[in-house]
This record gives sequence, C-alpha cells and structure tokens, in this order.
Amino acid sequence: MVEIVSKIGIECMVNGKLSRFHAYPIARLLDVLREELKLTGTKEGCGEGECGACAVLMNGAIVNSCLVPAIETDGADIRTIEGIATGAQLHAVQEAFLECGGAQCGMCTPGMVIAAVALIERHPHPGDAEIREGLAGNLCRCTGYQKIFAAVVRACEPAARPHSGKR
Amino acid sequence: MEEKKIGHSVIRKEGRDKVTGRAQYVDDLAFRGMIHGVTVRSNIARGRIRGVRYGGGIPWSEFTIVTAKDIPGKNEIAAIAHDQPCLADQFINHPEEPIVLLAHPDKYLLEEARRAVQIDVDPLPAIFSIEDSLAKRAIISGEDNVFKSYHVEKGDVDAAWARADVIVEGEFRTGSQEHLYIENQGMIAAANPREGVTVWGSLQCPYYVHKALVALFGLPPEKIRVIQTETGGGFGGKEEYPSMIAAHAALLAWKSGKPVKIVYDRAEDMVATTKRHPSRTRHRTGVTRDGKLVAMDIDFVIDGGAYATLSSVVLSRGTIHAAGPYFCPNVRIHSQAVATNAPPHGAFRGFGAPQSIFAIERHFDQVARAINLAPEEFRRRNFLRKNQTTATGQVLHEEVDLNGLLDRAFKESDYQAKRERFARENPGASIKRGIGFSSFMHGAGFTGSGEVTLASIVEMEATPEGCVRILAASTEIGQGTNTIFSQIAADALGIGLDRIEVARPDTGSVPNSGPTVASRTSMVVGKLVEAAALGLKRTLLDSGLLCEACTEDEFVRACRRYIETRGPLRSRSQYEQPPGLHWDDATFSGDAYGTYAWAVYVAEVAVDTITFEARVTDFVAVQEVGKVIHPIFAAGQIEGGVAQAIGMALYENVVWHEGRMANGQMTNYIMPTAADIPPIRVFFEEQPYAFGPGGAKGIGELPMDGPAPAILNAIENATGICLREIPATPEVLMEAMTEKAGARG
Amino acid sequence: MRAYLPGYDLRVAPNLSEALALLAREPGTWQPFAGGTDLMVLLEAEKLAHKRFLSVSKLAELRGIVVTADSVTMGALTTYTQVQNHPILQAEFPLLCSAARETGSIATQNRGTLGGNIVNASPAADSPPALLVYDAEIELVSARGARWLPYHGFHTGYKKMLLAPDELLRRIRLPRRAKPWRQYYRKVGTRKAQAISKVCIAGAAQMEAGTIRDVRIALGSIAPIVLRAVKTEDVLRGAKLAPETMAAAKETLSREISPIDDIRSTARYRLRVAQNLLEEFLSQLGR
Repeated sequence: MVEIVSKIGIECMVNGKLSRFHAYPIARLLDVLREELKLTGTKEGCGEGECGACAVLMNGAIVNSCLVPAIETDGADIRTIEGIATGAQLHAVQEAFLECGGAQCGMCTPGMVIAAVALIERHPHPGDAEIREGLAGNLCRCTGYQKIFAAVVRACEPAARPHSGKR
Repeated sequence: MEEKKIGHSVIRKEGRDKVTGRAQYVDDLAFRGMIHGVTVRSNIARGRIRGVRYGGGIPWSEFTIVTAKDIPGKNEIAAIAHDQPCLADQFINHPEEPIVLLAHPDKYLLEEARRAVQIDVDPLPAIFSIEDSLAKRAIISGEDNVFKSYHVEKGDVDAAWARADVIVEGEFRTGSQEHLYIENQGMIAAANPREGVTVWGSLQCPYYVHKALVALFGLPPEKIRVIQTETGGGFGGKEEYPSMIAAHAALLAWKSGKPVKIVYDRAEDMVATTKRHPSRTRHRTGVTRDGKLVAMDIDFVIDGGAYATLSSVVLSRGTIHAAGPYFCPNVRIHSQAVATNAPPHGAFRGFGAPQSIFAIERHFDQVARAINLAPEEFRRRNFLRKNQTTATGQVLHEEVDLNGLLDRAFKESDYQAKRERFARENPGASIKRGIGFSSFMHGAGFTGSGEVTLASIVEMEATPEGCVRILAASTEIGQGTNTIFSQIAADALGIGLDRIEVARPDTGSVPNSGPTVASRTSMVVGKLVEAAALGLKRTLLDSGLLCEACTEDEFVRACRRYIETRGPLRSRSQYEQPPGLHWDDATFSGDAYGTYAWAVYVAEVAVDTITFEARVTDFVAVQEVGKVIHPIFAAGQIEGGVAQAIGMALYENVVWHEGRMANGQMTNYIMPTAADIPPIRVFFEEQPYAFGPGGAKGIGELPMDGPAPAILNAIENATGICLREIPATPEVLMEAMTEKAGARG
Repeated sequence: MRAYLPGYDLRVAPNLSEALALLAREPGTWQPFAGGTDLMVLLEAEKLAHKRFLSVSKLAELRGIVVTADSVTMGALTTYTQVQNHPILQAEFPLLCSAARETGSIATQNRGTLGGNIVNASPAADSPPALLVYDAEIELVSARGARWLPYHGFHTGYKKMLLAPDELLRRIRLPRRAKPWRQYYRKVGTRKAQAISKVCIAGAAQMEAGTIRDVRIALGSIAPIVLRAVKTEDVLRGAKLAPETMAAAKETLSREISPIDDIRSTARYRLRVAQNLLEEFLSQLGR
C-alpha cells in the first residue's frame, strides 16, 4: 500500500455553477459528485458501467460517472439529476415519470431520467425502437420498463414540452 | 365529499423526491464522525478456522476489529432455527461467510486492510448439489442435511393408480436467481452500551432486524431501534439478509463508539447475499383417457444453502402450490429443504411457488400430449372451481373462473390463430415462432396460521394541523405502499390525499405490522389501515365534534378541537383472522390461505435457429385480483414481475464454482435490458375479497409464477424441444436442438 | 470501489511530444488512458496491473476523422459515437458502424475509443473484426518516429501485440474500396443490448457472376485474439457459391477457430454459432 499521488485541484461546471474541488486524479466522478459536492442524486448500482444508475450528462453527452476519472472533468460541463428540473418546475420527463408510473423504487430513476432527457435531445419524437435503444444502458429491476417507455412517449407530446409552464 | 381514491392512479406519494434525486437512500446519508465498515469473508466452502492473521503494511491500531468474541449476546442471526452465526467462529460452512469486521474512517484504506487479513482454514469435505445432500456424501447440517420436510396426503394415491389409463412422469429443475435490486445492501449503525443500538438502512422488515439485534446484543427491546431508509428494491432479498448486515454495522459501532456505515458494492452483494432456492421437482401423474386427473405424486426438493434461515417457509409455500390450480382427488406431495455449502438461499418473490409452479405447468403440457389433448383442454377439464378442495383439503369458498381467465388470455393474445399461423410458417423458417401459456394461482398473506401469529398492528394519529399519520411497519420498496395506504386511509376518512402522512417505518414509533413480504401489505395491512382510519373517524363521531357527512375542513377543525380539548387522537387496529379458516400444521392440511389470486399468462416466443436465442416477443398477463387499488401501480407490479421472471426463464444463470457465485458482476449475470423485454399486456378481473381493503387481494408475487413455464411451453411449441430446466439459455437450446436433429437422423 | 486511490497516478499529457518523451523515459511504467471504459472497470475491481496512467485525451493528433480519395483515417481517440455519426463511415464502412452501435451502451459509446479498444486487445472486442475485414492499417508513434503497419497481425497472442512499451497508437486508416463489397456483421451477445459478445463475425465479399472474387472474414470471441479467418477465406476465394463451398468453408472454419468454455458460454456453442453465422453470410451473398 503505497501512496504515490496527492489530491489535485479541479474546476468544472456542475449544473450551471462553477465547482472547485480536490480529488485523487483517478477518483470516480460518481464519488466526487456524491462526496465532495454532496450531490447524492446520482447513484452507484454496479461500479462497472453496466447499470446506468450513475449516468450524468458530460459536455452534453450521457456518460456513466462511475467510469469517468476526476482529472478528466477539469473544464467539463456536467449536468446531474439535480440540474434537470428548473427550480420548482420539473422537466417534462420528470412530470411524465410521475404521471405514468415510471419510478417504483426510484434507484434507477435519476440515471433513467438523464438517459431519457439525452434521448429526447437527440430524437425529439423517438419511436419504439429508438426508445428501447436509448434506454438500453439503464437497468430497471422494478418496472419491466413498460411505464418508462410510456413516460418517454408522454414527455414528447406537444403539451408536455420542458419549460412549457405546465403545472 | 372527496372523490374516492381507491381505483384511481394517484401520484406516487414520494414520487417527486424519486424523480428529482432527492430521495435519501442509506448511502446518501452521512453522520458526523461516521466511519466505514467492511466484512472479511471466507474463500472456501467448508472448513475449520485455525486462525486469523493481520498482514503487514496496514496501521492496524487505527482500525476497529470485531470478531465473534466481541458479540455481547448470542452469536447468531435469529430467524427460525438458530444455526446461522453472525460471524463464523470455529467453522466455515459456505464461501463468503463473514468472519472478521473492520472499520476505519478511510474507505479506500479499508479495502487494503480487507485484502491484508488472512484466514487460515483446514478444509472439510463440502457438498454442492441437492443429489449429494440427499445422498449424504457429507453431513453438513443436523443429522441428515434436511432442514425441513413436509408431507401432504389427500385421498388414497396408492389405490388410485389402478384407475389411471395413462401415467406420466417428469423431472424439472430451476436454478438459482439473484435479486439484483439496483440499490445494494447497506446499513448505518450507532451504538453504545448506555443508549443501545440504532440502525438505519435498506430493508423490508424493520421488526425482523429488531428481533435479530435484540438477541445479538442481549438488550431489552426498547434499547434497539431500527429505521428504514428509502429502499431501492427488495424482492425478498432484503427480507432476512438486512439482519446480518445490520448486526455487522452495529457490532462495529458498539466497539468503535462511532457511527458505522457498511454498504456493499455490487460484487460483494452478489456473492455474499441470498438467492432464490434452486429446486428439483419430480411428478408422477395419473389421468383417465378423457383427461381427468386421478392421482398426483409430487416430490419437491429445494436447496437451502448452508443454514436454515427461511427455507422451511419457502418449502411450505412451494409445497402448497405444487399441485397447481387443479382439482385432483388423490394427491401426495413430499417435500424437503436440504443443506449445501453455498451461502444460504433466501426469500425471493414467489418464495417457492415459482419453482413448483414451473414444474407442474411444464409437466401438464406433457401430460396433455400423452393423451392427445390440447394443453388448454386438459387444463379446462381439471380447473378448480368453487366448493372443490385443493391439495391441502381447503374448500374454495370464493368464485373461481379459470376458464374465463383462459378465454380472455387466449383472446387478448390471439392464441389460437397464432398457433395455427406459426405451425404453417415455421417449416423452413430460420426463426421459429411459438406460443404457450400457464395457469396458476398464488395464495396471498402468510400461510396457515401465520397471520394469526404475526398479530399485526397498525396505528394512526391525527395532528393538530388536521393531518392523519399512518404508523405501520410496512415498508415502501417501490411497490407503492405509501401511496396505497394513503388512498385507503383517505377514502375511509373522506379527506384528501395530501392530508395523509405515512410515517417512516421506525421501530421506535411504529407498531409491528408484520414483514413486507408474502403479498400481504395491501391486502392484510391495508385492511388494518382501513380499520384504523374508520376507528379514528368513529372516535371523532362519537365525540360529537364531527358528523357523518362532513367536509374536509370540518374534519380538520374537528381534529384540532379534539386534540386541544381531549388530548391525543389515536387509533389502533390489530389483525383478526377471517372467520372459518382452519389450518393444521401437524398434518399440513386445511385452509392454507384466506384467498388466492388466479391467473393465466400467455407467452409468444421467437427462437432463432442460427443463434439458438429464444426471445419473448409478446406477453399477455390476465389475473383476477379482487380489486385494483391503483391501476398503474398494479400493472407496474405485474409488468415488473413478468420481466423478472423472463430473466429467470431465459437469461439469469448463476454460475457456481464450489459453492461460490463465479459470475458476480453485472456484465456476466444477465438481466434483461429495455431492448430485451417485449410489450407486456396486463388485464385485471375483479372478484372482491371480503377481507381485503376495497376487496383487494395480494398481487406482488403472482407475476413471478407464470412466465417461465409459459415461455418454455412456447419454446416447445416453436421447436418441438421439451426443456425441463431453467434458465433455458441459448447454449442449452443449442444442445437440445442438435440432439433432436441428430435423433431424427 | 476496491482500489486504494492514492496508489494510482493519472496524469493528462498536454501534448504529443511530452507524452512520447515520458513513455521513452519510463517505458512500461505508464499505461496510456483514453476513455477509461475498460480501465476504470478494472480499477474498481482492484485488478489493474499498472499504477501509473497517462491520459491521452488532450492530444489533438489522436483526434479527428480525415477523408481523402483513397482512405478514411480516424484518430485513436475517435469514440464509438463519432464513428456512428460520420456519413462516409456510415456509407462505406457500415460494419464498423454496426460494431460501434452494439458496443456497450450509449454512455459507453460516448467515452470509449477505437484506439483504446484495439490496445485493450480483448478477444471479444466488437470493432476489431470490422477493422480486419476493412484491411485496416494502424499508425504507432514514439519518440523514435512513426510507423504504419497492417492491423492484421498486430495481435500476436492473448493480450500480446506489436506495440513497443514507448509507443502510442495514433491513427487507424481504412482504404476506401472503389466498388462496394457485400457486407455482413453479426454479434451474438448475452442479450440484445449492452452485452459482451459470445461470437462475433464480420464478413465482406466482392462478387462477380456468382463467384467470390475476394473475401474477408474476421471473428471475435473464438480465439485468444480477434481472428482473420484466412484459411476459410482461401477456400472461398475464387469459388462459386454452391453447397459444397459452403460445407468446405464451415469445415475449415471449425479447424481455424479455437473457442473455449468460459463464464459466458461454451466452446460447442461458439463453434456451432460461428459456423451458422458464416453460413448466413454466405447465403446472403447468393441473393
């Protein structure tokens, strides 16, 4: 057990705010978010990039934060589940999850919402195959996915666009 | 007057917190001064511990180290038997058995320390299969490796064979299955000899953990407090195991004087915690030429792993469900739970019934074939009806219409037309399609006199603000407990949902409502919630502060007035067994369950003859459930259970190497993704159950029972292969299809 | 997370010459680190061989996709997502796009790189069979200079390759074919998405009047390295599509590959399915 590095200073944007923290260079972004920045919405499900519970948006693209080393986040733009709603106004995806029963135990939900948001940003009106492919990296053990698919469809409906002022 | 909530899909009570990431699971919590804990485990299946060595390079003086001798009370995890130690002391009986606990503020250093602890063990002969256990290759538990056995005897099976025109035998096996809740197990404990022990964590049954800690610490009950944190899935995997991890965290907290958090990573959770009991079922069935059941002889064995834990109860449920939803005048069921040197197997949604139902529903397709009847025709001629007796001699007093469920399932799935179409199109096609079904029932609530023994309690209190708080030990684990209880209470009180609070399950403040298992929460505890709410309202009515047809504002004012002038406004309800139920443990006969949910499931599959992959392409689930309290949540339970059972049938293979799960990573233990699960179409029928709230029956486990046999029946329809074991992986299909092709020459 | 974090150094190389200078000074000490989708998994299981890692993520020379009349050249840092989004790759190198699309999940594809995939040298890698079928060449650079070599032959044994300790993989070049070949890619995994392959096959053939003028076949997960099935190609090259050709090809393939039993599948399954996939590829050529 030999220590060969110290923590380094890192600066990046997290949910629109400049964040500065210290971390070991190879520390996982997941742990930096949860422990340094106290953003515990992003979850650890597997630590091997298989379950998607740790998914966040990094420079606009979905990534598994358990596989991103801290040093790679320097200068990056990170968006977590805490940054999806706008204040008290939920994102259309979040509203849809509530209406359609897309969350049961809720543990996969932050990553799943991130994946759905990323999917809709790429495909504003995804068909069934695109939804399945877009969410295939996020495992859910509770729902059997059916109501998550329904929530994505609902979120894309014209009345439910983000920031539409609904509810 | 408020509109009724039962029957409507109201917004999940804690839903907003879940979709915003604000819900607090145990690993999201940090307490001041908290340190981390890890568990050092055995790496062999069986042996005698010679000693423990603490390797160099670690500042051991900084660590809290706990072994068996640090346990203040009894070194056991109190369940039904008393054979499972909290920490192995002299003997190891399974791989990954906990031996030493370590705690330290630095969780990365802790992992180095874990690697530096050496356990010296003299190996002992170990056994890993049901066959070896029954053959007593080694005696590893008790006198004969048998944790428990049951015997059901109805009618006169031995005499009945003579009346059978055809006798069909078959053997069926199910493998282990890992729960794979997305939130790994975790606990935080704070403890000291003066104040006692408090634990917070991911769990289904706070009072099970409470009972275990009382025995472990030898403390009076009021000195132990168990609090449930938001729990990310359970499926039975957090029924009994949390007692173990809570014990470990508490022992470290006790010794270190600091709060201790133990959270497993996925690898540890997979190899060390409970799994579904593997099973072997042997059927011998006698029928007349026109398809009437004459005699059934069933031998059902489950592999319990190294310690008894809940195997006797899993065995009990599996035994009772083994004969299916059919009337047969002569039934013998002999069942055993046996020991092997694997980590103890435990509760998993369905709890023995998926295993025995798999067997009978596969077997009955073979029996139908043997007498040249369509599988559904054979079922129809034997479906249980009202006033007939089950295998345990229970007279069914409820309306049972399995024929109607079958009709509906066939209609919704277009069964007959598809069967004909596939038969026409399959020859020469590289993708063979098939359709199959299963018919089954699931008893809700605890078996026999179990609910009487539990004697569950729910309490309710009004607040000065005019809100009503439900105090119950039932946990929200995703199935909708908080919301459903709120719907029930809101309807009973005639007030809005936002006036209902559900207290966090905390043994310091909620009564023992029994465990969150056995599909009992909505049906049994929900009924107590209703009773408590009605009781609270009755108190207000009797006080003269309220009249029957009140508005919500009048209700709020009445609560406030009552509390101001008379003190606390509380109610309490306790379980009373519905009249007329009699169960005899000694003869294992009588009324096993107060009610059953009934179902017919249809699976459509596509088998790729190039890759031997079987995929479910459509799924129809029809069930009679008493009353649907929350349509979206009820459908969600069925869809989730079907998906989990599709995993069990086709994808989820636990690879065992000498009692240890070798594929304990999500990359190698395969659960279905969004790309693998077909549309699942759910239909409900309602025959209200008088003793469930609004007429509801329990449904959480029902969907686990039907899919696997329906899928394998469909595979047989598609390919002609008769598979008798799950998981039916592509490798298995390849061998079977090759053999069949070879046999045809 | 089981690794002791202070025991692992990860530095970001600011430019290529500094990266190569470091590798030259301390060969074998520094493991290049790109997207991290393989290495971070090993870190979390405490199974990393190295303790010192050099991130190449800021090296401009390893980025970008350049199209000329003769070839398409991709930087080693090209991600699977970038592969899938490139119009020329979609049009002329669809097998690589299929492979990229079936690698892990979208989250993996956004971070994982072709270069990382190549030097990680897993026999189950999804893109290498496509690269082999496209006659890919790779460029290795060091303080000593740069060299191009055919990707075929780069892997010499399980996790062994012709990469010197002071070298970095910089670019991957695919020659453009004048007339399109018939192409086939199929990955058989443990499930439909996010799966490690049990068998994977890429095939391309140039057909002329029912004869196979030229052919490339490469497979994954059936040998210690991703394999170009040259003997099977020889049986097919110049042959007419006929049942005997099919049978001979399948038989040769069975001797050319060496699948094993492992935690995901069996040797018998892999062998059988590899033959079936070859047959499917060849059957499609006839249409």
